[in-house]
Amino acid sequence: MPFDVILRQLTVGFGKTLLIFGLTLAFSLPLGLVVCLGRMSKWAPFRALAGDGSKPCSGLVRALATFRPIQLIFKFFISILRGTPLMLQLLVVCYGPYYLFHAKLSATWTFTALIIGFVINYAAYFAEIYRGGIESMPVGQYEAAEVLGYTKVQTFFKIILPQVIKRVLPSVTNEVITLVKDTSLAFVLAYAEMFTLAKQIAAAKTTFAPLFVAGVFYFVFNAVVAYVMEFFEKKMSYYR
Amino acid sequence: MKLLEMNHIQKSFGELDVLKNISLSVEESEVVAIIGPSGSGKSTLLRCATFLETIDSGSIAYDGRVAAQNDETERAKYVSAGELKRFRSCFGLVFQNFNLFPHYTVLKNVTDAPISVQKRSRVEAEAEARALLAKMGLSDKADCYPYQLSGGQQQRVSIVRALAMNPQILFFDEPTSALDPELTQEVLKVIRGLAEEHMTMVIVTHEMAFANAVADRVIFMDGGVVVEEGPPSEVFGNPQCERTKRFLEQYQN
Ligand SMILES: Nc1ncnc2c1ncn2[C@@H]1O[C@H](COP(=O)(O)OP(=O)(O)OP(=O)(O)O)[C@@H](O)[C@H]1O
Ligand SMILES: [Mg+2]
Repeated sequence: MPFDVILRQLTVGFGKTLLIFGLTLAFSLPLGLVVCLGRMSKWAPFRALAGDGSKPCSGLVRALATFRPIQLIFKFFISILRGTPLMLQLLVVCYGPYYLFHAKLSATWTFTALIIGFVINYAAYFAEIYRGGIESMPVGQYEAAEVLGYTKVQTFFKIILPQVIKRVLPSVTNEVITLVKDTSLAFVLAYAEMFTLAKQIAAAKTTFAPLFVAGVFYFVFNAVVAYVMEFFEKKMSYYR
Repeated sequence: MKLLEMNHIQKSFGELDVLKNISLSVEESEVVAIIGPSGSGKSTLLRCATFLETIDSGSIAYDGRVAAQNDETERAKYVSAGELKRFRSCFGLVFQNFNLFPHYTVLKNVTDAPISVQKRSRVEAEAEARALLAKMGLSDKADCYPYQLSGGQQQRVSIVRALAMNPQILFFDEPTSALDPELTQEVLKVIRGLAEEHMTMVIVTHEMAFANAVADRVIFMDGGVVVEEGPPSEVFGNPQCERTKRFLEQYQN
């Protein structure tokens, strides 16, 4: 198979790789913040049971009073998403509805499932990165804002979040670079992005060339990603 | 009328009683210095006054308006969150470690709260901020970020940030403890200047000479109670309590 045909086919596949990459980032970065806030939720519906601390209470009552359902649910799902292979998650999202409700699998569903799987998984990782950033903020920043009369929402969006973004940028870069390579997992759903195509061509023509070319594509793509992220990090370096 | 009146304040952290029935009242344009050993509850008292901590029992009133007072079970009840917000414009707090916003320039540090909290116009807020910065010798620093300033300059900016909200009373929690001796002096000079302009201030400090020089009244706290209080000449010159004497002896050299 001539090299330029391989190149042309893989370029088409690369477009789809880019699509997965772009959509995943576009949805998972903001969704991560929502998941993060859920994970950090302190809502405890039975808090009142513990009283004001003036009277001692039993262990069971104390456990119930510190029961934080929202936090617990998010913690549980994050641990599943981070504790099982992404490949498995993609299969579950794609074929789960079929086994559960005998839903019909269409071609568009495969792609939708792929994006849903990627977005949910990456949102879980981003949420934990954001949480690390938020928890690393010195309490003095909150206190200064509180004394100045900022509302909680103002404090979060004006004071805390901009600083958190700077703090988490290096870890986010890591995840983004991993995502570039993870897009190749789309092959389990036989979605024709670059890696799936490369594997198919390689198998059909018994040549290693397409896989090698795909490798070069990923590498160059990641070099671009690293360059872009470095640009953002530089942009944030106007303060310390 | 008393600008600040805190009566019978009790505050504990779990088992630890930090403030044991403390009262503090401050007259308009009075400068009060609070001294005392580490762990005596000085910071906690300021944090209660500025609503960063909630008191267990007692009352807090600014300018005659009650922010918290005891209910029938002798536990302090605060006014609603919305009303409490209005009290925040009565006071400013200067922290030991400045707590400037590192991602804002000096000018934005000073003007952001007046603009986005007090809803003042940008033009007015910036004009006032620049005037205050000039007064503190910081005119050329307006566009710097906090990391580009020395500790003393950062602390002066944080004083300007508090002043820009036009508070009636300013609290300082060891404003110079994080600074080198030379830088300490430049910050103390600024506070002394405010005292001369009759700014009402409550200053927690370990700088005895400074307290002696600027304070109208000195309060010596130990173990969560006020041990002794009076004009500096009395407390420093002729302390009545054994504990006060022992504490002041540490500063004799
Ligand atoms: N958030 C908190 N939780 C538990 N204990 C606290 C808390 N804040 C203060 N304390 C305790 O309360 C006591 C008084 O603390 P505080 O900071 O008010 O002392 P201080 O007089 O300001 O001391 P220093 O001169 O060292 O600043 C200390 O024993 C301290 O450990
Ligand atoms: Mg203190």
